[in-house]
Amino acid sequence: MSRRPRDPHHNEKIAAEFDPAADDGGPKLSRRSFLKGAGAAAAVAGLLGVQPAAADDAAPEPPLAGAAERLGPGPATFKLRINGATRTVTAEPRVTLLGVLRDHLGLTGAKLVCDRGACGACTVHLDGAPVTSCMMLAIDARGHEITTIEGLGAPDRMHALQDAFVAKDALQCGFCTPGMTMALSAALEANPNPSPAEIKHAIAGNICRCGTYPHVIEAALAAAQAARGQA
Amino acid sequence: MHAINYEAPKSLDEAVKLLAAHGEKARPLSGGTDLLIQLRAGTRRPEFVVDIKQIPELTRISFSLQHGLRLGAAAPCISIHENSDMRKYYPGLTEAAHLIGSLQIQSRATVGGNLCNGSPAADTTPALIALGAQARVIGPKGERTVPVDGFCLAPGRTVLQPGELLVEFHIPAPERHSSDAYLRFIPRNEMDIAVVGVGAALSLDVSDDRVVEARIGLGAVGPTPIFAAEASKSLIGKTLDAAAIENAARLAIAVATPIDDMRGTAEFRRHVVGVLTRRTLAKAAERAREANQR
Repeated sequence: MSRRPRDPHHNEKIAAEFDPAADDGGPKLSRRSFLKGAGAAAAVAGLLGVQPAAADDAAPEPPLAGAAERLGPGPATFKLRINGATRTVTAEPRVTLLGVLRDHLGLTGAKLVCDRGACGACTVHLDGAPVTSCMMLAIDARGHEITTIEGLGAPDRMHALQDAFVAKDALQCGFCTPGMTMALSAALEANPNPSPAEIKHAIAGNICRCGTYPHVIEAALAAAQAARGQA
Repeated sequence: MHAINYEAPKSLDEAVKLLAAHGEKARPLSGGTDLLIQLRAGTRRPEFVVDIKQIPELTRISFSLQHGLRLGAAAPCISIHENSDMRKYYPGLTEAAHLIGSLQIQSRATVGGNLCNGSPAADTTPALIALGAQARVIGPKGERTVPVDGFCLAPGRTVLQPGELLVEFHIPAPERHSSDAYLRFIPRNEMDIAVVGVGAALSLDVSDDRVVEARIGLGAVGPTPIFAAEASKSLIGKTLDAAAIENAARLAIAVATPIDDMRGTAEFRRHVVGVLTRRTLAKAAERAREANQR
């Protein structure tokens, strides 16, 4: 995957400022650099050990019981519930849910853009709630029901929101669209009759570089109306 | 991101053993919305990431009018604003939890993580300070209770020693006419780090509109979140009129030690501390007058 150009020494600079091995046992960090670090571009995600994964209908892993489990740093094999199916993946604990979806399972609907939870392009549902899948470890998603854009609808059975996005011309380049759609579908599930302000709040974490927000809001209102009409 | 070991203890006992064994090589994983960024950037390089979310005490929210609130350090923000007791009795803390990042982030981010990350601009910390929250900490030497207003030491640094774990917050039961509020200033509508955040909690005697108890917490205007002790004390016993509010705002400004940065100048931040102190006090008072908690 291609990454936007960045200062190759960025990490080292931050690491030098924030040294956990500092003599007083705590990181040496100024307020300014702390906040700058919090707003800085993310480092390259280490998505190693990409392996093919197969759908498998075996029962999901039993609830974790007994003593503390320990996995890693090498690849571990575990099961995830994705779009109603149990999938077995083998990945290192450091791999994010987004990494597993895209690189291990071929579910490339969720997009890698900011890799720091700021843009919403990787939004999926975790037990029905919207989450940025770049901001959680895949191993931490075990035991939850994950829904991706691939599980929301397909060309022959579109979700009301997907129909509305087409009807209202709610995308240009389309890169933010899966995330927008997942954020909005979670919001409509929770509140089938949202105001424009509530829709704006629901997509506050989704950035569209093309500026399609007005059409996205129209599409969400139309989808909500359509869904209520059917009910 | 460097390679990590992932460990998931099921009990406090196991968690303490693991954290004590690993010392500074471990970092607890709660929602991960700060930790994952730090791992990617290399600003923290723990060998062990200890997922604390399978420990029952860490994710529970239990409230009673007798005992107040026990809020698990790893309860996600979404479970706070979806909780009717939280919205009713602690609306200020609830609105702070509802301001962190986006809804996507709030599905994962936790109040305990927000505090332990040690950011001076953490949204929920001034709200916790206003409510007089106590943090229950467990470690190899046993348990201790730390008031949240003394939890942060410096940007990114807290009182937690290697091996120690923040378990939960205890917040006293609400008084009959008490409430809280949190407001932050950001130049955008959503998705930003506080330029200034102010939390206020008030308990009123509605017979003469006098303040029985008041606490004000400030965020993003010092190296740590700040308890504005003098400003809080100045209100007790007073009628909450414009003069009392103005005086508290002045005293709150006096303890703020902001810096100039890209988000705002120190001078602007001091001004905003005054504005938000007045507004949060007014909002908390309005809620407290309407409240009839028991």
